[in-house]
Amino acid sequence: MAEPRIDVRKTHKLYLGGKFPRSESGRSYEVTDSRGRFVANAALASRKDARDAVVAARAAFPGWSGATAYNRGQVLYRVAEVMEGRREQFVADVCAAEGLARRAASSVVDASIDRWVWYAGWTDKLASVVGGANSVAGPYFNFSVPEPTGVVAVIAPQSSSLLGLVSVVAPVIATGNTAVVLSSRSMPLPGVTLAEVLATSDVPGGVVNLLTGDPAETAPWLASHMDVNAIDLCGAGADGLALEVAAADNLKRVRRPQEADHDWTAEPGIDAMTSFLETKTVWHPLGL
Amino acid sequence: MAGKPLLSKPVLSKHWEYAPAPESRSVVSLLPSYGLFIDGAFVDGGAGSGSFKTINPATEEVLTEVVEASSADVDRAVAAARKAYTRTWSKMSGRERGKYLFRIARLVQERARELAVAETLDNGKPIKESRDVDLPLVAAHFFHYAGWADKLAYAGFGPNPASLGVCAQVIPWNFPLLMLAWKIAPALAAGNTVVLKPAETTPLTALLFAEICQQADLPPGVVNIITGAGATGQALVEHPGIDKVAFTGSTEVGKAIARAVAGTDKKVTLELGGKAANIVFDDAPMDQAIEGIVRGVFFNQGHVCCAGTRLLVQESVADDVVKALKRRLKTLRLGDPMDKNTDIGAINSAVQLGRIRAMTDIGEAEGAERWSPKCDLPARGFWYPPTVFTGVTQAHRIAREEIFGPVLSVLTFRTPKEALEKANNTPYGLSAGVWTDKGSRILWMSQHLRAGVVWANTFNQFDPASPFGGYKESGYGREGGRHGLEAYLHG
Repeated sequence: MAEPRIDVRKTHKLYLGGKFPRSESGRSYEVTDSRGRFVANAALASRKDARDAVVAARAAFPGWSGATAYNRGQVLYRVAEVMEGRREQFVADVCAAEGLARRAASSVVDASIDRWVWYAGWTDKLASVVGGANSVAGPYFNFSVPEPTGVVAVIAPQSSSLLGLVSVVAPVIATGNTAVVLSSRSMPLPGVTLAEVLATSDVPGGVVNLLTGDPAETAPWLASHMDVNAIDLCGAGADGLALEVAAADNLKRVRRPQEADHDWTAEPGIDAMTSFLETKTVWHPLGL
Repeated sequence: MAGKPLLSKPVLSKHWEYAPAPESRSVVSLLPSYGLFIDGAFVDGGAGSGSFKTINPATEEVLTEVVEASSADVDRAVAAARKAYTRTWSKMSGRERGKYLFRIARLVQERARELAVAETLDNGKPIKESRDVDLPLVAAHFFHYAGWADKLAYAGFGPNPASLGVCAQVIPWNFPLLMLAWKIAPALAAGNTVVLKPAETTPLTALLFAEICQQADLPPGVVNIITGAGATGQALVEHPGIDKVAFTGSTEVGKAIARAVAGTDKKVTLELGGKAANIVFDDAPMDQAIEGIVRGVFFNQGHVCCAGTRLLVQESVADDVVKALKRRLKTLRLGDPMDKNTDIGAINSAVQLGRIRAMTDIGEAEGAERWSPKCDLPARGFWYPPTVFTGVTQAHRIAREEIFGPVLSVLTFRTPKEALEKANNTPYGLSAGVWTDKGSRILWMSQHLRAGVVWANTFNQFDPASPFGGYKESGYGREGGRHGLEAYLHG
């Protein structure tokens, strides 16, 4: 009789600067499934991890924002391709995290993959939609272009562990921002799998940094961080007010908390992108 | 002061002896006092209100007395705006709203000379600027947004864009009527009603604008003007009955507003401070660049948030540029703002003059070299000569902090990348200038400068069709053009 195989259990880690480190604090916390059964230990990110993530995101910003929109679109589409290849793992993750039946979880994964495709197609079109030439009353050529705001902190939805997460991360990076993402406290594992997809999809290291743990602990450090340009308070809930106050220290662009019953399956619209864009207007005289 | 120039001869020029050419102030007849403009009528301040005088900063003469609105007055104004929104303005078709704005634009044009004189009297800016820059832009702004009122569905904010409700608008003293236009025109076009507070030191043209609203038969309560100082503004932006805050002013107050609205549904746009770099490369068209530097920082006495206060000049031409700049500054004429030949008018207030003096003293104390053309300042009023600091480093406070006066800091660079790094080394990001003959360099610099407006081979150009606003701590949201509508609509 064959010897029973001992399965290989996974230590879940942070995704930071393109690598998978443990929390510098050495801490972890127990993740349970929707019925409260132990699933795994996840890294419990610290203030230092959050600050390291900002450094990584800032370092990645010039390269990612300077990449052509076509290139960013290719990379985002690649994320969809790689997710498709790992869909069984995502379905299992979502089943466990959100307590969905297999079929429902499968449709969540479908929608999440399709969302990447949707945003992949936006990268080289948004400037034409929200920018353009302005008819000024003088001999000048004048045009406006959208540009990424910079480093964006994202507090992911607490109850939509994959589709909600993708819906707040993809629009931020599609336009050339880099992101520090705090995943759902109680359902971090679909996000950890997503991080593994990002790491193998030509997304440059540091463009997305994903921290598992307790946003109530780490979000205040991001909200008050002077090298973070914007914050999406999507999953912040009641903490949103204090975080918005802290964000005023350097006038971060703030997206306020979404309602808990937000329908993530609906077509997103462009607000999630335009909230983290700056409009730049350039003038030049006309003449011979 | 009518017909009697403040200075009998030009101060800064030895080349020309211009005869005084004062604009007549007889086109403006001011009342001894003004009330608040609430619900279509001028009314007295209620319980808790006070009053204060507004003066001509060029002479310190009292122009008129206005109400310092109390929080009870703010309540009244917000209630009037809400009523007008609910009962009238939000129900009116865009086409009809637009026609009111066209009427206002025409009335501004008809009363342009009077408004320009009033602006110069109250603000201290040269009449040639209020006449040739402020007022034409005010009328153009109302014209531009009048045309948007019935075309909102085509503006790219969804097929059924909706107005927000009542807007609280707080504006600064540097371009009083122009900032009013930037605020009120898009708000009304989008179907909102407004309560606007002009700056404490420059309430006059906003009160004359209230008369224009009456002349245009604008429904009562659509526009309400309340005068006052910081406390009135604070009561307004914190009022629970408003849906939107639009503020132009200091970054410090902007941050306080961002904190105050946290956790509410109020939409916010902030147009704040700046410390713009004006970058001159060695191949720049030099004569135009010198004019651009002067226009960039001495326009409106440097009371301009997007002023090009940091001159970054390529090392190889730095000496020549500074020399040419000083020669040009000697020809500027400082004095009576009502004189049509005046280039540099009065500093807006004693408080602002004190700030400019303090900052320039710090510049000297920190080791930069101060220079001003020989310049007699009038005995009365608030005046500061055009000033250039050379030998400035990035660590100097005059290179980091907004001075909001006619003060230029000169720094040098060797390579485009160094210029870019220095230009972006600021918490602000409102505007920037680039002077070079090389097209690809203009576009590369424009792309990498972290600023909302980039002027290439020009500076300080404004147009109602052109979005204006900052990156980073210069605020958020845009004013002007299609982009400016977004601040006043729900998608």
